[in-house]
Formats: sequence, structure tokens, C-alpha cells
Amino acid sequence: MEALYAITTGILTASGVYLTLRGRTFPVVVGLTLLSYAVNLFLFSMGGLTTHGAALVGTNDQYADPLPQALVLTAIVIGFAMTAFAIILAMRSRGDLGSDSVDGNRTDREDPRENKA
Amino acid sequence: MTLPWIPLLTFLGVFVPALAIRGGRTVCALTTAIAPAIALGLVLFTYLGHDGEEVIRTSLQWLPALGLELAFRLDGLSLLFLLLILGIGLLIILYTRYYLSEKDSMSRFYAFLLLFMTAMVGIVMSDNLLLLWGFWELTSISSFLLIGFWSHETAARKGARMAMTITGAGGLALLAGIILIGNVTGTYDMGTVLESHDLITASPLYPAIVVLVLLGAFTKSAQFPFHFWLPHAMAAPTPVSAYLHSATMVKAGIFLMLRLHPALSGTELWTVIVTLTGLVTMVYGAWFAFLKTDLKGILAFSTISHLGLITSLLGLGNSQALLAALFHIINHALFKAALFMAAGIVDHETGTRDVRKLGGLYRLMPITTVLTCIATVSMAGIPPLNGFISKEMFFTEALASQQFGGLAWIVPLLAGLGGLLSVAYSLRLGYATFFRRPRQEPPKTPHEPPWPMRFPVELLVALCIIVGLVPTLPQSPILEDAVRATVSGEMPEFHLALWHGINPALLLSLAVIAGGIVLHLLHRHMIRFNRQFRSQDARYIFEALVQRLVGLCQRVIDRLENGSLQRYMFFLMAVSVLAMGLGLADLDMLTGSLGQQPLDPVVVLGAALLIMGGVLTAALHRYRLISLLMLSVVGLVVALTFARFSAPDLALTQLSVEVVTMILLMLALFFLPQKTPKESGGARVVRDVLIATGFGGAVASLNFAVLTRDLNSISDFFIDQSVPGGGGHNVVNVILVDFRGFDTLGEITVLAIAGLAIFKLLNRLRLFMPATDMEGRLWSDDRHPTLLMVVSQTLLPLALLVSFFIFLRGHNQPGGGFIAGLITAVALILLYMSRGVEWAQQRLDFQFQPIAIAGVALSTFTGLCSWLFGYPFLTSTFDHFHLPLIGDIELASALIFDGGIYLAVVGATLMILANLGKLTTAHRPNKDMP
Repeated sequence: MEALYAITTGILTASGVYLTLRGRTFPVVVGLTLLSYAVNLFLFSMGGLTTHGAALVGTNDQYADPLPQALVLTAIVIGFAMTAFAIILAMRSRGDLGSDSVDGNRTDREDPRENKA
Repeated sequence: MTLPWIPLLTFLGVFVPALAIRGGRTVCALTTAIAPAIALGLVLFTYLGHDGEEVIRTSLQWLPALGLELAFRLDGLSLLFLLLILGIGLLIILYTRYYLSEKDSMSRFYAFLLLFMTAMVGIVMSDNLLLLWGFWELTSISSFLLIGFWSHETAARKGARMAMTITGAGGLALLAGIILIGNVTGTYDMGTVLESHDLITASPLYPAIVVLVLLGAFTKSAQFPFHFWLPHAMAAPTPVSAYLHSATMVKAGIFLMLRLHPALSGTELWTVIVTLTGLVTMVYGAWFAFLKTDLKGILAFSTISHLGLITSLLGLGNSQALLAALFHIINHALFKAALFMAAGIVDHETGTRDVRKLGGLYRLMPITTVLTCIATVSMAGIPPLNGFISKEMFFTEALASQQFGGLAWIVPLLAGLGGLLSVAYSLRLGYATFFRRPRQEPPKTPHEPPWPMRFPVELLVALCIIVGLVPTLPQSPILEDAVRATVSGEMPEFHLALWHGINPALLLSLAVIAGGIVLHLLHRHMIRFNRQFRSQDARYIFEALVQRLVGLCQRVIDRLENGSLQRYMFFLMAVSVLAMGLGLADLDMLTGSLGQQPLDPVVVLGAALLIMGGVLTAALHRYRLISLLMLSVVGLVVALTFARFSAPDLALTQLSVEVVTMILLMLALFFLPQKTPKESGGARVVRDVLIATGFGGAVASLNFAVLTRDLNSISDFFIDQSVPGGGGHNVVNVILVDFRGFDTLGEITVLAIAGLAIFKLLNRLRLFMPATDMEGRLWSDDRHPTLLMVVSQTLLPLALLVSFFIFLRGHNQPGGGFIAGLITAVALILLYMSRGVEWAQQRLDFQFQPIAIAGVALSTFTGLCSWLFGYPFLTSTFDHFHLPLIGDIELASALIFDGGIYLAVVGATLMILANLGKLTTAHRPNKDMP
């Protein structure tokens, strides 16, 4: 089971890294989100993989490690804040620069479907 | 404890001029002088008052881990330099009052001057090598400010930059040398280092130490081949030249060699480097002083020459030579400061410093002429002035020198040559300025300067005469103490006198004076002789070197940093892969000792879904909506994974965050292009796939390696203490709100700040709104589907109830502020989506920023409350209460903290999503709105 878990984390990481290396903002933000999922899974597993061992005192004999869980819980929320900030930044950069390239220097071809608000 | 006050006083003096300038220029000068004057008094008082011990020391702990202490010492050597620094400094303050014009900012000048004075005082008083280095660098910085004081002049800026570069580079070499000394002796304490001569000289690092320390000293003291910054530093106002470039800063290098003399000298290496450098510098400087036509240029090269003389004496290194060196330091400071100030007066009165334009000034400025001539004669080393005595001692040592074996004659030869040239340029300086018939009228008609401006020169010249005629008084006790501080072991027998009888040194002196006069008469021929050499201006060579270096850096930077964030990301990822790879390569074997758990079908299915979702998100990234859907699959299965592996809190959090994230990304995608154009070429895709695969492989290996090894967690403490210490059965929640409450407080603060930042970013955002979807279909007319409307409205009270329940039970069961907050936020967002912004806005007519901020404030306040009861920040408390009808209830202060988390999460999430949703409506964030 551990091997499968590790491979899954690795593949999610790889997908996330590939996306963060793209040249447009939206895939980069998606990649960062994916990467944060992978990181959360990775951190979570630092306490070992426990079945039926929720860390509620008095319910079990063998508890899962609560410390990585607490860390990951806040990491999930912070990850959301980061994703939100990054995507709004992407919108702002497109609004101000007229392009959604991460380098901000390529101009989009005019999209006929869009009208400026 | 009086010692630290001496540098502190001069440092406090830095702030005086800015305040005192309102009272006028004279008041400013006088009040500025107060601090150094008190410091000078304090030095004398302390030194005369101490009872017999040779060194007065004070030390305060500063950074003991680095071996850095605020340690000061006062011994004979420090005293000698302190008298020069503070005494001449006071004269300079007076002189400056009349030198600076109305246009120059006097307060700024004085502030820089006192900063420099502080640095010099610090150098000579430091009892810790690192502290000494700190002050050493401060002299470089403050002299940069002083040399570049007239920053509107190109020459001043370039001169300042050159001085800064050369002395700064030397300072770095010195730091390296000091650290090596520290490594060898195990301490930076001056006293210990000075007693470690045998240890240091026996060390294999000794050659490196000597070279590095001497690099520092030679650059500061303008020794060949680092001398070239000094003539260019003459672009400074003359008081700066008189102070820095005669008496103090250039002597800092000499001081360093003297200070470390007991520790580093006495070896072949030291003697050869120091003596030869000194002698070459002396002759080189004197020759160019003879050829220069600018008054300050002559003095600058003469300074280089005299510094060379002192350096060569330090190289010879016996106690008589050291005595001569110390004596010459005093003498040179006296006559050179006087000469610089006189040059400033001439410049001030005539408007030029070019000796070709000057002449005949003795008629117009008789007193200045007399003063300058006495100082010049002293500089030439002609009896009966002080310069003669120390030069005579120098000749004695040079003749007696046994260095360089069969080539021993080279020392007196070079010494004599230097002396001869020095007579020649001194004669030329005096003759051409004051006595020669002027070829043209100077720009201004000169007359005697105001008396206070001349007074410093008068005082210094008087000292030159007194020291010359009565050399035993008053400086010899000071000299004696200074020599004692510099030599280890036996004290030399010495007496200073004008007349030693007829001896080789006197004959050499006479020969040198005669030769100097002849050379002066041949000056015109010498100039013609020199003209056949192409002159290389050091400034151009230096500038060219600097430009080439800058160009090289620019090319490297351009290659690395071309403004493309995509490229930086690649560098970042590539370096991370490399670092991880190196770390993994160190591992003995990948699989640890722990056995693996058996697979079950559910886990395999989950993993398959995750892998599929992840890969498809990346593979289909050009179709953004589909990619986003795949991402949501990953998010959901991650939540299930947490649930499967005993983390119900995480599962709940991930689930609610997933919902919020997807709404957010969908909303954002509406305003962004729906497709990514095909841009990356094949090579880039291959490159990125390789990097990504490497990264993923490294993470997977690392994860696997950790999972198969035994872990030794600190969590047992949390599990044991959760109920008795935190009053909760849900250990994860207790960790969040109690054990690690401070972390959580930090994190909700970050969340609130992110929300505020997003609110600002949305302010007056220019939008690109598509009228149709990807396939060109118009958006649906049915903006608010009835079914959704009904369901969401029905759900709202239920959802609020659930969130309240989850919040309350969080301490003992899965739940808590984070999850409850997210559920509330989702329910409200659903309302916005189903009924539209207009409708929701009417019913939820308030801003969300205050809610988020109130949440953070509530949590902080709960933490602060524990101070009221005398406990550390964020200490929690809990108790059981009995309520009628309901029964026993447990209340914990952590619940209020959790309430803060709840509010912060609700506020921040709505601030982000609701404001984003409002973008297309009249309620969009706008700066003009209240």
C-alpha cells in the first residue's frame, strides 16, 4: 500500500510541476493547486498510514499521528488562500496587460467573442 | 567603564550639527566641537588616572556566539592615535567653519566628519578583532561620504567611488585574515591574539594571514600598487584631505600593522613584504610628488611617500625602528595637516591650486607664507624641525639594516633616494607658490585669511618647532608607552635629540639635502625627461576595469534574468530536483525496515482515480474547463484519502475547501481565455516532462523511504495531554486551538491578509467578458434556475445549523472553527449563486472585511487574556459547568479562540468569492465607494 501511495503522490507532483512550467497563468494556477494537493498528501503521510485510528481520545487503542493532520489542516486553508490570490493576480494581470502570459509580454490575439467591460 | 563613552560621545556628536545649525554657522561649529573635546578630556583623564596597569580594558558581551564583544582598550598606542584623531579633529572643525562656503551644508559635513571620527576612535580602541573590522568598514563608508561631499562634481563622485572600492575590497581581505587568525587562536580577543605570536607564526595558515591582513593595511594606507585612489580622493574638500589623508584614515593601515605587530611580525615573510612595499611606495610617491602641479596633488603623493617611509620602518621591525615609525607618524600628521590646511587657504584666497598659476604670494600673505615654509622645511627633513629628527632616525635604521643579505645596500639606497626627492618637491612647493615671480594673475586677489582659519595651522607649526627643538618633551612619555604597546619583550633604550654627533646618518642627510637642491634646480629638465613616457592615468585604467566588470556581470545577469517568470520557474524546479537527487543519493537504500501494509481494492481504485485525474489535468491543460474538472476529481479523492487513513477533520476540511476552490476557479475562468494557445515547442515539452518526471520520482522515492522507516513521533505527548491539558478529545483540534495555537493565529492572519489583498486587486479591475461560451453558444437566459433557488434557500438554515453544530463539537469530535467557517461560507455563496448578487446584497448588506479582521482580533484577544491571569500568551483554560435541564457542559477558552478562527474563515472566504462575483454588477469593489 505504501508503494502505491508514494507513486500516487509522485505522479500528482509531476503533473503539478509540469503545469507550473507552462506559459499561461491559468494552467500555472491549476498546477499550483495540484501541487498543493500532492504536498498535503505527502505531509499527511509523514505520520504513517493508519486505518481506523482517528485521533479521538477514548475511541481507539492505536491512534493516527495527529500532528501532521493538524499541520495539513491549516495547510489546506492556506493553500486555498494562495490559490485565490494567484488566480485573482492572474485576472488583474490580464486586465492591466491585456495578456494572460506569465511573462506579461505576449499580447493575445483579439478574441471576437469578448467585449471589454 | 569610561572607555565605551569615548566612541559613544563622538557618535552622539553626529546628531548635534543638524540641531545646532539653526543657531548659525559659528554656533554649529562650536557645539559640534563639544563632544570630541569632552572625549579628548576623557581620554587624558582616564589614561593619567589609571594605576600602573599598562592596558585599560572594558568589555561588554555583544554576540558571544560569534566571538564579538564590545571590547575597548586604552594603551600607549591607542593614546597616541586618539590624541591625533581628536586633537587634529578639533582643529579641523574650527578650520572648516571658515573653509566651507555659504552654499555647502555645514551640518551635513560635520555629521559625516564626526561619523568618521567615531569610526577612527573605534579602530584604535577596539579590543576585539571583529569589532575593529566593523569600525574599519565604517571609515570606508564615512570617508566615501566625505570625499563625495561635493556630489555635484563628477571628480568627487568618481574619487569617492574609487576610494570606497579599493579600501572596501581591502576590508574584505582583512576580514578573511581576521577570521583565519580567529581560527588559529580560537578567539578574536585582542589581548589573547597579541600573545599568540608563536602559535600564529607556526600555523600553516600564517602566509595567508599575513598577505590578507597586509592587503587590508596597504589598501587603506595607499601603499604601492594600491596607492592610486589617494590622489583622486583629493577631489574632497580640503578639511577632509587634511584630516583623512594626512592624519587619520591613511594611518589606519599603519595602525593595524602596529597593532598586530606583536602577533604577526618577526618573520622573513613579513619583513620582505612590508619593507620592500614601503620603500618602493616611498620612492614612487616622492617622484610623482615632484612632477605634480596641483598643490593638493603634490601633498597627496608626498603623503603616499611618507606612508611608505613609515611602512618600511615597520618592516625592519626592531624596537628602534618602531620608535622611529611612531615618531614619524606624529610628525607627519603635524606638518602634513598644516600643509593641507595651508593649501586650502591658498586655494580659498586665490581661487586656484595650480602651482603654475601661483607665485609671489609672500608679498600678499606673509604670515601664511612663513607658516607654510616652516611646515615644508619640516616635511623636507631639514633641521632643526621635527621632520628632521624622525628622518634621521629612519636613515640610521636603514643604514643599520641587515635585511636582504648581500643586497642590504638596497635599503639605504632607496631611503636616500626617497629623502632626496622629498627635499626636491618640498623646495618646489614652497618656491613655486610663494616666491617665484608669478606668470599670470591668480583668479582672485589674495589676502590673509581670517585669523581663526589660520589658527590651526599656527598651532600645528608651533608644535613642529617645539617637537624639533625639545624632542624629549612632551611627547616622549607618550612615545614610550606606545612603543611598549607595540613591541613584545624588552623595552629599548632611547632618547630623542637633534644632534647625535657626526655619524653616517647625518652625512646621508647632508648628501640628500644637497641632492634635493640640485634636483630642484633641474626641475624643468626633469619635466621634459618625464614627458617622453606615456602617462597612464590610474583613473582611466580603474574605470575601464570597473566598466568591464560591470559589463561581464550584466551579461551573466541577462542570461539568467531575462524577465521571463517561466524561465525562473524552470531554474527553481531544476535546482530543486538536483538538491533532492543529491539528498536521495546519500541514502543507503530506498526501502526501510518496516513492512508494507496489504493493498485493498478501494485503495487501488482511489489511487487509480487520483493518477488518472492528475495526469489528465496536466495533459488536457489547453482545454481549461476540462482540466479544471479533472482537478476537482483529484481534490475529491484526496478528501476520501484523508477519510480512509483516519483523518476525519482533514477530510471535512478538504471537502469544503474543494467546493470553494472550484467555485473560485470557475468564476475566474469566466473572465480568462477558455483555451490555452499552443505555444510550447516539442523541445520545451520534452524538457518540462523530464523535469516534472524527475521531480515526481524524487518525491515518490522520498515518500516511500519515509513510509517504510520507523518513525519516532512527538505526538504521544499531544495524545496524552489532550484531555487533561487541553480539555478536548479531538487531538487534532486541540493541537490547532491550544498546543500550537500561535501557529494557527498566524495562519488565520495570513488568510485575512490574502482576502484583503484580493479585495485590493479587484478594485477597478478591467474585465474581458466573453459573450458566448467556447463553442460560440450564448449564455443561458435562465440566470437563476428555480430549482437551485428553492433548494439553496431551504438549505441555508440547515447549513447554518450544521456549521454551528460542527463548530461546537469540534473540541471532542471531528469539526472545529475551520470546517464550520467553510460550511457557512459555502452556504452563503450558494445563495449568491442561486439568487444573484442583487438579491443577496439587499439581504446581506455589510462588508466582509470587518468580519475577517474581527475574527483575527478575537483570537488574538483570547490569547492576550491569559496575560491578565499571569499566564503566557495563548494559555487555555476549561471547566465543567452544570446547567439545569441541559446537564453537565464543558466550556473551554479555546472555544472563543476557535470562534475567532470561524469568523476569520467566513470573512476571508466571502471577501474573496463574493467580491469576485460582484465584479459584473454595480456592487463591484471600487475605490470611490465608502
